[in-house]
Amino acid sequence: MIRFILLQNRAGKTRLAKYYVPLDDGEKHGLEYDVHRLIANRDPKFTNFVEFKTNKVIYRRYAGLFFSMCVDVTDNELAYLESVHLFVEILDHYFSNVCELDLVFNFHKVYLILDEFIMGGELQETSKKVILERLAELDKIET
Amino acid sequence: MSIRLRELIRAVRQCKTAAEERNVVAKESAALRNAFKEQDTTYRHRNVAKLMYIHMLGHPTHFGQMETLKLIAANEFPEKRIGYLGLMILLDERQEVLMLVTNSLKNDLNSRNQYIVGLALCAMGNICSAEMARDLAPEIERLLQSTNSYIRKKAALCATRVVRKVPEVMESFVERAPTLLTDRHHGVLLCGVTLMMEICDIEPATLDTYRTHVPTLCKILRSLLMSGFAPEHDVGGITDPFLQVKILRLLRLLGKGSADASDQMSDILAQVATNTEANRNAGNAILYEAVQTIMGTESIGGLRVLAINILGRFLANRDNNIRYVALNTLAKVVAVDTQAVQRHRNTVVDCVKDADVSIRRRALELVYALVNEGNIKTLTKELLDYLRISDLEFKPDLTNKICVLVQRYAPDKQWHLDSLLQVLVQAGAYVKEEVCRALVVLITNAPELHAYVARSMYRALKAHQEQAELMLVITATWFLGEYGELLLPGRQGSPLPGEEAVSASSDDLVSLLEAVLSKSKEAAAREYALTALMKLAARVPEQTQRIKATIERQTGSTFLEVQARSCEYSKIFGLEAIRAQLLEHMPPLDESTYSRNLGNPNVVDAAAAGPAQAQQAFANGAATKTDDIADLLSMDVMAGPAAASAGPAPTTSAVDMLNELLAGDLLDLLGGPAAPAPASMPAQDPLGGLFGSQPTTSAPAMDAFGDLMGSPAPQPSFPITTVFEKDGITVTFAFTKPPGQPSVTDIEASYTNASAAPVTDFTLQAAVPKFMQLKLDPATGNALQPNNGPSVTQAIHVNNTMHGQKPLVLRLRIAYSINGQPTLEQVEVKNLPPGL
Repeated sequence: MIRFILLQNRAGKTRLAKYYVPLDDGEKHGLEYDVHRLIANRDPKFTNFVEFKTNKVIYRRYAGLFFSMCVDVTDNELAYLESVHLFVEILDHYFSNVCELDLVFNFHKVYLILDEFIMGGELQETSKKVILERLAELDKIET
Repeated sequence: MSIRLRELIRAVRQCKTAAEERNVVAKESAALRNAFKEQDTTYRHRNVAKLMYIHMLGHPTHFGQMETLKLIAANEFPEKRIGYLGLMILLDERQEVLMLVTNSLKNDLNSRNQYIVGLALCAMGNICSAEMARDLAPEIERLLQSTNSYIRKKAALCATRVVRKVPEVMESFVERAPTLLTDRHHGVLLCGVTLMMEICDIEPATLDTYRTHVPTLCKILRSLLMSGFAPEHDVGGITDPFLQVKILRLLRLLGKGSADASDQMSDILAQVATNTEANRNAGNAILYEAVQTIMGTESIGGLRVLAINILGRFLANRDNNIRYVALNTLAKVVAVDTQAVQRHRNTVVDCVKDADVSIRRRALELVYALVNEGNIKTLTKELLDYLRISDLEFKPDLTNKICVLVQRYAPDKQWHLDSLLQVLVQAGAYVKEEVCRALVVLITNAPELHAYVARSMYRALKAHQEQAELMLVITATWFLGEYGELLLPGRQGSPLPGEEAVSASSDDLVSLLEAVLSKSKEAAAREYALTALMKLAARVPEQTQRIKATIERQTGSTFLEVQARSCEYSKIFGLEAIRAQLLEHMPPLDESTYSRNLGNPNVVDAAAAGPAQAQQAFANGAATKTDDIADLLSMDVMAGPAAASAGPAPTTSAVDMLNELLAGDLLDLLGGPAAPAPASMPAQDPLGGLFGSQPTTSAPAMDAFGDLMGSPAPQPSFPITTVFEKDGITVTFAFTKPPGQPSVTDIEASYTNASAAPVTDFTLQAAVPKFMQLKLDPATGNALQPNNGPSVTQAIHVNNTMHGQKPLVLRLRIAYSINGQPTLEQVEVKNLPPGL
């Protein structure tokens, strides 16, 4: 199960944080700081997995943004790595060529997209097409 | 008129300092508070969106929590959307406010608008509490049968959370979950499989029923494998790897322990393992999962060979991620098939030196699992080489592992000593005390190595004198004190093959120890050096005067322990007649007693037995006194039984010595309550006080003088407590604490029956508050013989995570039949001894 998902830039600013386990605000900030410190300085040739306390962080860097997921140690790291990529592809399609600023100004949209992709810490939908169509519908009724 | 969200974000982004940002946020928060107070509904959802942004920046937002609830209760979709989003971001399942939303959720789950149902399901799946889950489970069950696939998949994940939160409502989902497997929509399949796995996890009894669905799962997997290009779910030429991985995982759960189920899935597993393309991450993810499933189920040999071969390919892969998962899986496989993993030993050892800490960790775990008697020498050499250059953060773990391996597999004692000495030299700071203690036990039992150990320790201490770690210093000092005289010319044996000779005069030896005594920063090292010198004074006569002078100088030491000991030792120099016996060699320590105590949490007993035994010895007469004195003098509580059997020691002199010590002016040193002790009082008190083998001395004395040789620091013992008494049945608890884990209490519960009637079906169940963990071992029986027949015992282990803040409490539920009459009792146990 996914414990939390973080989007952070290289400076460590959190652009999105979604927690699937209940934590206090203080703990959350501590976690975000720890995770960033752990992954920001790793060589790109290194694995995309780091052990983090009793869990594991699967992360991947896209330009200046780190996408990280904290999962159980028994989970399939490669599959989660693939899902990180799928999430990025969805963002890329939705915002057509996504950049950090898109995520800053539309953070609530990013949450919406994430909620269509993952729910309660489990993968919900794996088809990019289904998700994007759904998002388009939602946008239509919103306006 | 408030500003828009975009404008707020822009304003915050323009801030150059943190103070400026705080200003902007404070101003906006004030505006939001006002708006909330005025019940402004037009902009409410925009305001809550801003609130979320402020929350994301890390500022307090609790004042707006109620607004999100109001938004959820609104009618329009856009407002509800922001409302639910706010709910998920600003609140979590632990807040009581959340209860207020249950009713709105229920309405929304029953809404005819699928988008609104979707929102409600999403919120519920992400943050619902146990109460909400219980209240809304019927809605979720109904939605699982919705005609809309979008609703079905969300409901399936909601159900996953519901059963996780309230396992007792699971029944209604157990049958429903597999019906999702007939769905054509991948999302529903994925979520259905997730739900089934969760149910199996919580209630393993469902595994049997779910095994009937193995063929269905295999069919889905096969169609994914054979489907050819499917644009909707394609990832690098593979159809829906996520679903494939999930199904393989469920198959693993179902196949474990069932030969039939494993047999049914073996075909498809072989197909997955052979047909999946390994050139992309997605393909490797599937292969990785398939290998785990093959190894985790009762697969046939051929399939396992296939799996091991895949891992071999993974290990040779250039991609670090792939190598990582290979190491990870091999570590799990090693228990099943050591031979296959041994083939990759060299590659694995190389991985221990990888630049990436994630790989190193995995590889180390694996090496650890791979070591056996046959390869310990080569592997330890590799690990020691690596220890020298490894990162600081990695050293404690590595050191610990090497020590454990050496202790477990050492082919001979000399190699054991050499390896541990190397570890001490390279990473002494991380070596645990028990390791050194075990080494001492080992060497005292190997007379042939006494001279060798003296030489090795002398070399090591001499070479690393300046920067040696404490553990190396005290170990070396202790050995030099004990066997130092064997270094000296004339008494030195011939060097072992391959060993360089040591030339050390008695002056060199004493100088070395004096340097430790006067220069070491650590008090413990000085204390050890002092005692070592004292011992040498008895064995190297030509240095006695020099050592005496050195020790007398230390009577002015600023280290309290050193000062106290040196005063006492100086007095001993005045007692020429007994000095030699007082400072005799340690008797060989009993290895089996030692290792038993090491693994036994009841070390307390052994320690406590010291004085008790001494007392008895006095009653028995003088003959055994010597041994006890020897024990006390050797600062070794645990050696008691060993020394008692160690053989005759000169009796008369020891009695004299005892008398002298008791009557003589040494008593003055003791001070305090022990000083006026009458001579008839059990002698171990003053002696113990003097030599620090007894709890009456100050704690540091215990540590310095008792620890290296003796038991772990004495632990409090607890009285046996009776926790239940009725119908002649008595339940008593005896408590022990494993060393080094103050939060853990091991309870031995024993049950006896004093009545005349036999008691049958006796069971005891226990419950503890949330912050404690409880483990109940099976009882030795469930029938209690009448008239105080043999008692039945049961071990209970409690871990109190709030040790020191909250006392141990237990609730017991005791069921039994007496004369065929079943009885059920519940008691709350609060009268436990303090300190547990």
